[in-house]
Amino acid sequence: MDALLKKQLEIAATKVRMGVIEGVHSAKAGHPGGSLSVADTLTYLYMHRMNVDPKNPDMPDRDRLVLSKGHTAPALYAVLAERGFFPAEELKTLRKIGSRLQGHPSMGKLPGIDMSTGSLGQGISTACGMALSGKISNEIYKVYAVLGDGEIEEGQVWEAAMFAAHYKLDNLVAVVDNNGLQIDGRIDEVMSPYPIDEKFKAFGWHVINVDDAHDFDKLEKAFNEAETVLNQPTVIIQKSVKGKGVSYMENQVGWHGKAPNDEEYAVAIKELSDHLAELEK
Amino acid sequence: MEKKATRDSYGEALVMLAEKRPDLVVLDADLAAATKTGTFKKAYPDKFFDCGIAEANMMGVAAGIASTGKLVFASSFAMFASGRAFEIVRNSIGYPHLNVKIGATHAGISVGEDGASHQCNEDIALMRAIPGMTVINPADDVEAKAAVLAMADYVGPTYMRFGRLAVPIFNDPSTYKFEVGKGIQIKDGKDVTIIATGLMVAEAIEAGKALAEQGIDARIINIHTIKPIDREIIVKAAKETGKIITVEEHSIIGGLGSAVADVVTEECPVPVIKIGVKDVFGHSGPAVDLLKEFGLCAENIVAVTKAALGK
Repeated sequence: MDALLKKQLEIAATKVRMGVIEGVHSAKAGHPGGSLSVADTLTYLYMHRMNVDPKNPDMPDRDRLVLSKGHTAPALYAVLAERGFFPAEELKTLRKIGSRLQGHPSMGKLPGIDMSTGSLGQGISTACGMALSGKISNEIYKVYAVLGDGEIEEGQVWEAAMFAAHYKLDNLVAVVDNNGLQIDGRIDEVMSPYPIDEKFKAFGWHVINVDDAHDFDKLEKAFNEAETVLNQPTVIIQKSVKGKGVSYMENQVGWHGKAPNDEEYAVAIKELSDHLAELEK
Repeated sequence: MEKKATRDSYGEALVMLAEKRPDLVVLDADLAAATKTGTFKKAYPDKFFDCGIAEANMMGVAAGIASTGKLVFASSFAMFASGRAFEIVRNSIGYPHLNVKIGATHAGISVGEDGASHQCNEDIALMRAIPGMTVINPADDVEAKAAVLAMADYVGPTYMRFGRLAVPIFNDPSTYKFEVGKGIQIKDGKDVTIIATGLMVAEAIEAGKALAEQGIDARIINIHTIKPIDREIIVKAAKETGKIITVEEHSIIGGLGSAVADVVTEECPVPVIKIGVKDVFGHSGPAVDLLKEFGLCAENIVAVTKAALGK
């Protein structure tokens, strides 16, 4: 990836993180931890990789993204705003009455949302349906499904994994955001899904491990590889840091579903602003 | 009278539909031979996708296909389509109001020998509780086919209930017209109204004849659309006949009887007596014998109606 593009993506991702903090602080609720861990991946996909048009959000041949880990909607909203689907000002309406920014993504309400999600394990099935539909009518679009590592404890994920491999959905790329934490604690202590790569491999998927989900070069390399895979769905298992970018949230399970208070908010925004200023120097 | 199971009508209607709708996709969960989507699979193998024994994923896949604008039917037994996959139907289909048609066969106690694990008497209650879900329960071959073809043109999530047991074809295909949300008055009457749905409509018609012989003039109404229900025909019946008997091959909790009672209590309170499965599980046995045992037959409709009228 060329240096300028990388810097642009880093700047965009930092703004997205600020959007996440603005949203959950304003809502006094929401899920900052997993939003921050997946922020770079969503930024990369929407700002660089996916064929989408904010002016024509329902474009039939657009690439689609299903946020199967729907509770990290604040990151998706911030990315969509950054991409121009709606004004960034609206991020502050998150979870409020009358807002298009529901606690979990609701399609039809907000431009750019390809599927309503929130109940874990379901999004990946809907992504399979979109991918199959594309195959049926020879469409060129790609479908991305973003899952949490705790989410794959849901049995439905593995029904979908079987389905995608059986129907050779090579237009489907799943991302497992492996930040290692779920509500009740570390995923390997609550209900270990490991080894994640071996499981998907056994289900017939092409598996790509990314050891740092916050490095755009590594993301680029992984998604480029996924593009070359034929007759198989691809899963990118990315090691990420829950709460990435806000020092006191990083790797802290307590920040899964809690909003920062005013003081914490100020610290988070200061840290991210400083980082942004550094990048924009 | 000629008989046919509405699951057979469903399979045949899908084939008829494919001729009109090139965008049709049919899904099943390893029950194509039983749900009769196998009839469609044989005719259009490229448009049929087996999801294996994984109903939850199938409903999600259906939602995803619908989101791209294609017409999709997803089929399984009523037990699994509405029961096992309930939350996926609610969250991935109902909440985004996607145009998925759920074709659920083997509904009710008339599944027969398979027993209680497969006799779904709760599906109407479950499905009608989902906001925006249309619920259709056709009574015979003619109505089932007409309903499938009509609902293909209707945009929105729809649960369609079909049966395993061959039932009399009482509708005339040359005159029958299916209108979603419109009840059909089969026979006028002034003493009492019998409102039936699905395979109970034929039994209600028989009961109406027997009652007439005994001097009781019963109005007979077929409600094929349980949601949205035809309020007008129910209120009119309540006002004009003063008593309503509902008949369904479903639990008396949450089904047709409850839906009718909801309307009547709000708009014209009169007694509503519910004939259905009385909050119990079924058991194995021949379908016809089970229907009799659980009071889902003309004889019991006659007895309950007479008792309601104090005769």
